[in-house]
Amino acid sequence: MPGVTSYEQTFADLEPRLKQHDPAWVHELRRAGFETFRTLGFPSLREEDWRFTRTRPIAELDFMPAEVATNVDEAAIVAHTFDDSHCHRLVFVNGRVSAGLSRIGKLPRGVWIGALSDALRERGDRVKTLLGKGVDLGTQRFVALNTAFWSDGMYVEVADSVVLDRPIHVVHVTVPGSTPAMTHPRLVVVADRGAEVAIAESHIGLGDAQYFTNAVSEMVCGDNASLTHWKVQRESTRAFHVAMQTARVGASARFSTMNICMGGALVRNDVHTLLAGEGIDARVDGLYLAGGRQHVDNHTFIRHGQPHCHSFELYKGILDGHSRGVFNGRIYVDPVAQKTDAKQENNCMLISDDARINSNPQLEIFADDVKCTHGAAIGKTDDESLFYLRSRGIPLTEARDLMVYAFASEVLERITEEPLKVRLEDDIFDWLERSRRERG
Amino acid sequence: MLEIKNLHAGIEGKEILKGVNLTVKAGEVHAIMGPNGSGKSTLAQVLAGRETFSVTQGEIRIAGEDVLELAPEERAARGLFLAFQYPVEIPGVRNNYFLRTALNAVRTARGEKELDAMEFLKLVKDKMKLLKIDESFMGRSVNEGFSGGEKKRNEILQMAILDPKLCVMDETDSGLDIDALRIVANGVNALRSPDRAMVVITHYQRLLNYIVPDVVHVFVDGRIIKTGGKELALELEQEGYEEVTK
Repeated sequence: MPGVTSYEQTFADLEPRLKQHDPAWVHELRRAGFETFRTLGFPSLREEDWRFTRTRPIAELDFMPAEVATNVDEAAIVAHTFDDSHCHRLVFVNGRVSAGLSRIGKLPRGVWIGALSDALRERGDRVKTLLGKGVDLGTQRFVALNTAFWSDGMYVEVADSVVLDRPIHVVHVTVPGSTPAMTHPRLVVVADRGAEVAIAESHIGLGDAQYFTNAVSEMVCGDNASLTHWKVQRESTRAFHVAMQTARVGASARFSTMNICMGGALVRNDVHTLLAGEGIDARVDGLYLAGGRQHVDNHTFIRHGQPHCHSFELYKGILDGHSRGVFNGRIYVDPVAQKTDAKQENNCMLISDDARINSNPQLEIFADDVKCTHGAAIGKTDDESLFYLRSRGIPLTEARDLMVYAFASEVLERITEEPLKVRLEDDIFDWLERSRRERG
Repeated sequence: MLEIKNLHAGIEGKEILKGVNLTVKAGEVHAIMGPNGSGKSTLAQVLAGRETFSVTQGEIRIAGEDVLELAPEERAARGLFLAFQYPVEIPGVRNNYFLRTALNAVRTARGEKELDAMEFLKLVKDKMKLLKIDESFMGRSVNEGFSGGEKKRNEILQMAILDPKLCVMDETDSGLDIDALRIVANGVNALRSPDRAMVVITHYQRLLNYIVPDVVHVFVDGRIIKTGGKELALELEQEGYEEVTK
């Protein structure tokens, strides 16, 4: 199996130490995960779900678990994320929690925020009902790999009817060393019945070397709960980033997830949302920016498992250089899920003639009284708008930037965490300028 | 301020402007009247530098400078402003941001210093009051979901802020009820000055009751065929283009 051999050695070396720290059931999970990965290996282009994304560049490198790094400071976190001074913050550097950079404020009763490794000791019984329960360890290879190798992650639990008024910011920093490093961040979130919580998740890379982030997030949003989640991926330009995110949403809940994707050489995101109760209001949004030779693949899956749910999905892409975007949006409506209202849109702006996008909506509807729409629009900046801006004295380059920004802002304006929104708005302009420089 | 000599322009080989000659001095207001499809709007767009149209012959000078080779933003920097017949909606760009970016771009090009947010706000507030524009408008996306009247008022607001030397207004009266028309005309009249030239393009005489022109031109089939005083507008209204241009 290509690329598996080095992981076998690494797992064999690591296993005795993991076994010491892990509860027996976690160790069973790890072994099961590793067995899946060892048997199935990396996905290939022949598989339907991976036909546009080659995993070979990842398989060809012998990634080793990232080593401990201590040279990250507060300024680097803020510079690469946003002004999160009013957020609870948990920082992981190379997969290990950094006490110095983390900052959890006073929490209401019923809220647990911390490292997954600690949660296994303090909240073990609850974690056992969540960890590995939102994913399919038997078939999902990258999830299996993460499960075998994760060194730590964040666990968030918000009890019945508890409202956490300040957002949580979890930051995964990779500081690559001399050999290709890998981290396998894990995120487990549960908002119980009627609870409210907002989580911002940042993935950043410091340094130019190649590394591999393989993240898995499992979220549970209970009945009538409100869970808001933003993920901002800002890995360095040579990084590989693969992420599986699953959410199980209960009746009458409000669930909102946004996936902002800016960094990485090769990126694959899977965002799976299961609407498991009636009357849910779900938002699944995304914005991806790619230039140079970046490859960004977003696969989303929304399953309407119960009646009267509303899902709205908006993914927007801005592609420059020779970049390649892939969007696959699957919506599955179960036979019982009558009165489903699902809307999906994937719009893409191609800045250069060499950028490409494959956009593929996939609607599978097995109920007869539903409203499901999808649309994909691929375009360039509109001449008439450009002329309007220029006629007001705004130079061509700036006018184009403004149009791209306007395009992106439809997604960004939904961010309720103001400092994050402002930062991302600035990032768009920075990205455009950088992208222009690269084009020459 | 504006000199157009024997201007020919068209699109995809089809000639629309067929030898336009027009001279507008600073301080003057000229009206260009003509039937639909005569090429009035094309003239406005060509003046502003729309690249969809190609100029095949003739020249355009603004304050003595040949502007034919200049980009739209360069013409704006030199003091040209076109109020659009159909202002473009730009979702996602807030008016506030748009106006300040435009003003600072023009100021920079003119060698003036940029205005910060506070200075800008102060400048805008007075002009908004004059045009009866609600302050909430600054937080909205450019022209998105605006009524016809709001869009036209936004055009005049931009004109007031950018402080042009030459204003070209393309059918600024179309789609306005009488109250909105009065507000827009008040805004325009407030901008009349000895240093500024104005060209008002319109289909109807009605607007010229409120913005009284010094000179009226009749524009038919791609050129100006008759020029007169403000009474020419009334004549046109009463007798129709055919009679007047016979």
